[in-house]
Amino acid sequence: MLPEPPATSASASRQSLTQLADAAGPAPYRSPWPARRRAAVKHLGLVVLGVVMLYPLIWLLMSSLKPTELIFRDVSLIPSEIDLGNYTAGWTALQYPFSRYLLNSAVIVLGSLVGNLVSCSMAAYAFARLEFRGRQLWFAIMLMSIMLPIHVIIVPQYVLFSRLGWVNTFLPLIVPKLLATDAFFIFLMVQFFRGIPRELDEAARLDGCGHGRIYLRIMLPLSLPALATTAIFTFIWTWNDFFSQLIFLTRPDMYTAPVALRTFLDSTGQSSWGPMFAMSIVSLVPVFLAFLLGQKYLVKGIATTGIK
Amino acid sequence: MSVVSELRRTTRSADGDQPPGRRRRARGGDRPATARPALRKGDGRAAVVFLAPWFLGLALVTLGPMLASAYLSFTDYNLLQPPQWIGVENYTHMWHDPRLLNALRVTFTYVLTAVPLQLVVALGLALLLDRGVRGLAFYRSAFYLPSLLGGSVAVAILWRQVFGVDGLVNAFLGIFGIEGKGWVSDPDTALWTLVALHVWTFGAPMIIFLAGLRQIPEMYYEAASIDGASRVRQFRSITLPLLTPIIFFNLVLQIIGAFQSFTQAFVVSGGTGGPADSTMFYTLYLYQKGFASLDMGYASAMAWLLVLIVAAMTVVNFVASKFWVFYDD
Repeated sequence: MLPEPPATSASASRQSLTQLADAAGPAPYRSPWPARRRAAVKHLGLVVLGVVMLYPLIWLLMSSLKPTELIFRDVSLIPSEIDLGNYTAGWTALQYPFSRYLLNSAVIVLGSLVGNLVSCSMAAYAFARLEFRGRQLWFAIMLMSIMLPIHVIIVPQYVLFSRLGWVNTFLPLIVPKLLATDAFFIFLMVQFFRGIPRELDEAARLDGCGHGRIYLRIMLPLSLPALATTAIFTFIWTWNDFFSQLIFLTRPDMYTAPVALRTFLDSTGQSSWGPMFAMSIVSLVPVFLAFLLGQKYLVKGIATTGIK
Repeated sequence: MSVVSELRRTTRSADGDQPPGRRRRARGGDRPATARPALRKGDGRAAVVFLAPWFLGLALVTLGPMLASAYLSFTDYNLLQPPQWIGVENYTHMWHDPRLLNALRVTFTYVLTAVPLQLVVALGLALLLDRGVRGLAFYRSAFYLPSLLGGSVAVAILWRQVFGVDGLVNAFLGIFGIEGKGWVSDPDTALWTLVALHVWTFGAPMIIFLAGLRQIPEMYYEAASIDGASRVRQFRSITLPLLTPIIFFNLVLQIIGAFQSFTQAFVVSGGTGGPADSTMFYTLYLYQKGFASLDMGYASAMAWLLVLIVAAMTVVNFVASKFWVFYDD
């Protein structure tokens, strides 16, 4: 299957332009390569690169289905027989069943989701629609806080949260999100809110709506794409987060999936590779699903804000 | 519109001599054509309500801890005894701490190779995928997926294996009869496996580039092609200049992000930064100092040095941008 040349009407009009230009000046540029061959080479290259990119992930999946002693000996990608032994072994290999760690991750993700959606959209409404003193300054501070390295606040945060007795609870990971500290999402929603016609809220104001109702009844319903983008990124980033979970959750019963996964590494030796691969796959599945379901919003989100 | 260009605009209009409202209007902004609108009645109070969570977070979770961290950086503090004021000793000690100097070297090497490499690959692929490739959605997904998974512990574990003695890379080299080695366990190559991991996640900047390419009007290329400009020439004279703002903010954000990389080095090295400190990222050393040795004063000083470095790199980037970034506004 080779791609067709572009639509005829467009090429016809370009043709006439080209002829005009021929009469007027230097010859128009034509590529020395036939378009079809160029396209074929391009696709071949892209497919090869795609395979190289995804191969490690596919290999991880396939290896998790092989008995451990075959992972490194059996070079073929497809397992000769599918063996779920690694999954059952991995599920119970650590101090607590892996479901416990998944559940811990899920609780943190859920809390972060609620926090980011509510607090960031509120702040974004203020920045996008309210006239208040010092708005520019606060907005600039908000933008800069996006780029602030977390390390400069993590030590005092740890001191503070351990004073409060919050270490080894989920609070240090959830409460900041309720306070709109993921400023990236404020920015994302400000961008989106600015695109909503002001006439809508002016009309609502004339009908007697206050800001609370404009925010709830007009801005939020019209911002579902931005809220979806926020939700998906929050989900993926919180699920993948490691640094803060490693610091605040040190008791095995509070471990999240990533923190638990890395304890597999402590029990070195090739015997544990199989179960470790299996649980790696398990911990990647939610992110993969979020990617499949939310791809549209992910792509739009990074394209409009310029952040991965 | 990216964070960087927004910040650039905000700070520029804040320090300009014109009132910000007028400048915004001159650029065809979204404000009505009156002079700077008077503060609407009741907006101030509403703003306090809507921004309350954010203000609280700023005070308690961000600015407060920042000040505390600045104070702690001048103390000796191990979490158990109260902080002891020791002046600038933490900072002076850094210059005599060979492991810290090594961590700086490792991190700079990583940032200055991984970020440009990743952006070049991202830009190349975006150019290939631009302007109607069949199956664009498929390729885009295939290239983007790694950048979503790349920061996870699971992928770092996978990476440890891919570049291990029995790993995929060596299996591939074996096909050509090349004897591989333990890339992760060799101090000369361990860091480069992390660079490879970063390049592998080129999908996110690629999508940003794709969005930027789509905004370049097709007629520029038509005009250039009529004038006889070759593809290469079109790229050099149209695509590249119009893309420089996007390349610039990708560069700024990726550099800031890469300085803070942690998970990959932590997992691939098993938490040690080894072999022989060759993957000892700055943040990893900070973690070891602060949360393993509980030397929290020193860790705070390290964090502030990180902020200074990141800020300096950003300033350098902004200054340098005057010479190569093309803004048509």
